[in-house]
Amino acid sequence: MKGLLILSLLVQLSLTSFASDAIRIGSKNFNESYVLSEIVASLLESEGFDVERKFGLGGTLVCYQALLASEIDIYIEYKGTVQQAILKESKPDLSLDEMSVLLGEQISLLPPLGFNNTYAIAISREVAADLSITTISDLERFPLFKAGFSLEFLNREDGWPNLAKTYGLSQNVVGIEHGLAYQAIKNGSIKFTDAYSTDGDLKNFDLIILDDDKRFFPEYLAVPIVRTDLSAEAIAIVSQLEGKIDDKAMRSMNAKAVIERYSFDEIARDFLSNDDKTRKIDQRESFWQKLLKNTFTHIKLTSIALTAGIFFGLICGFFAYNRQRISGVVLYSSGLMQTVPSIALLALMIPIFGIGEVPAIVALFLYSILPIVRNTITGLRGIDPVLKKVVVSIGLDERQQMYRVLIPLAMPAILSGIKTAAVISIGTATLAAFIGAGGLGEPIVTGLALNDVNLILQGAIPAAILAILVEFLFSLLERLILKPHMRQGITLN
Amino acid sequence: MKNAVEFQNVYKSLGSKKVFRDFNLAIPAGVITSIVGESGSGKTTLLSLINGVGFADSGSISVFGQAITRENLLQTQRGIGYAVQGAGLFPHLTAEENICLVARSIGMKSDWIKKRVGVLADLVNLDQQLLKNFPHALSGGQQQRVGLCRAMMLNPSLILLDEPFSSLDPITRRALHSEIIPLQKATSATVVIVSHDISEAIKLGQWIVVIKEGALVQADSPENIISRPHNQYVVDLLEAMS
Repeated sequence: MKGLLILSLLVQLSLTSFASDAIRIGSKNFNESYVLSEIVASLLESEGFDVERKFGLGGTLVCYQALLASEIDIYIEYKGTVQQAILKESKPDLSLDEMSVLLGEQISLLPPLGFNNTYAIAISREVAADLSITTISDLERFPLFKAGFSLEFLNREDGWPNLAKTYGLSQNVVGIEHGLAYQAIKNGSIKFTDAYSTDGDLKNFDLIILDDDKRFFPEYLAVPIVRTDLSAEAIAIVSQLEGKIDDKAMRSMNAKAVIERYSFDEIARDFLSNDDKTRKIDQRESFWQKLLKNTFTHIKLTSIALTAGIFFGLICGFFAYNRQRISGVVLYSSGLMQTVPSIALLALMIPIFGIGEVPAIVALFLYSILPIVRNTITGLRGIDPVLKKVVVSIGLDERQQMYRVLIPLAMPAILSGIKTAAVISIGTATLAAFIGAGGLGEPIVTGLALNDVNLILQGAIPAAILAILVEFLFSLLERLILKPHMRQGITLN
Repeated sequence: MKNAVEFQNVYKSLGSKKVFRDFNLAIPAGVITSIVGESGSGKTTLLSLINGVGFADSGSISVFGQAITRENLLQTQRGIGYAVQGAGLFPHLTAEENICLVARSIGMKSDWIKKRVGVLADLVNLDQQLLKNFPHALSGGQQQRVGLCRAMMLNPSLILLDEPFSSLDPITRRALHSEIIPLQKATSATVVIVSHDISEAIKLGQWIVVIKEGALVQADSPENIISRPHNQYVVDLLEAMS
């Protein structure tokens, strides 16, 4: 119960920290979305607004839920996505105004930016030439081709299932992170994938886009989607971007990010200065500053979650260990929690806690409970029955039994449960970047969007080192707390 | 003869199993009583009812004339020494910490505790050097001597020994057997030894209680048990011993 109290306190604390006047700009976790959101952010900054960047959110659902929950004020969406994924409207060619009405009073669409980034099917230029494939219809002749699609594409109304139906395609498909799909085509493990028509990386990997000869894919005009409670001034400024970015401009900006490795910030600055906009030069963080900041955030997320998990887990464990039915329920429900994939658990947190650190901490907390509860219960239950008989027979009250005998005897198991929970949390926390919590997952998510292995490693290596360090520290702690003969039989799990 | 423990019309079930039905027993004060029975005879349950780990479903159990209630449970337990098979020492505590655990928990003065531990160690012939050791570094016999010290720490007037010697090697067992009787004389406490071994029971006990399937078979002096066994079960037990 104490654990719950602390948790709700933490939630409130962090919620108040969200309540600033800055305009909060979201982006999805792919290259183009970063670029566009950075342009919007830089533009607003140059006009004197305070801006908070919540980039790299995991997909349409996360972004839109965050917008609904007023965790962000604006992000860039695509017309087709609004229609299919958000409004789930099958009627074709809804106008932007009609969509704005359907989105309700709180959410509105601004004028489109200009380019049309429709979904497309990409295939290697060489393969296409060899087999004379130029249209999506041509794929029907190659049912044994293996395809890899982003999970979003696999599940969208305007994604694979209906595409396959329209074109009569029957290929085997696998889900693959978009940032890795081109690499997979290059090394031959898949033959074609979903792509965006403005994708700067197509050239880099020598891929071509197949003609959508049955006009299956809807229009994907990029449109800013905003909360209507955003200031009219800010809305007017963002609306100035109307028609300013055409297909070519977008493709070139994407290529700059992916191939030439410019930072989003530089690309946005470039764009805005061409556009005769001046901008305050803001100081870019160095590599080490970023690493330090991400590591600090990572440690903060995991340590808050772990502390709460230890409290709650121990209390549950102590309470449940000698109550058969309750411990069954406790173990079952915390085990159930563990089976929810981490990214799904994070997504489930959004409607309740929004995006950012709070839902990430809550999710990590839920994950850390099981190993602690389980090890506490098995540690206490595993005590030699003779010792249990003695402890209740010699005149110790229940508190004394617990603190002087039972807990010390179960301590090896309890500690190893806490250690497991800590290591799991460090790993899982890298996913928290998908819901805007930052941490060492941030370079990983950005790196995936940019197909930049270097960037991915900048998150993955420190996260791995951190996990090893935590493991080491806990082993040290065990050495300090447990006498040598009590350490025997500790197993790493 | 005054009784240390009395069972009157005791009923006790564990789960669906009825262990005692209308069970009556008196354990005399100031002597060693041996309780003999096979496993499953109810002797462990009997002990747990005496030291308040379990409570009777109905009937009364008294220790030195006083019924055990949930209110006086801790007080009663501290007046009863308890030692088990394999000594049951807590592995995270040294021998000395094991002996002093309850005394420290209830706030006895450390001077008194120290003196008392020295007296007890001498009484059970335990080298005081060994007291700083953890249980795993002691032999089986040494562990059981520590266990006896722990049982006697608060100078109890009743000492329960639950199969205390059964996991010891024969030589150590014989050595401890020969020390139990003088120990009882020195403390003049009532000692109850539970054993499945009738030869051990007869060797140590001045009063023998034979139980089978929760029923009292015979409660008698060792001489009478041997010369006048009540029934075939006692005869069988005796024959198995020779």
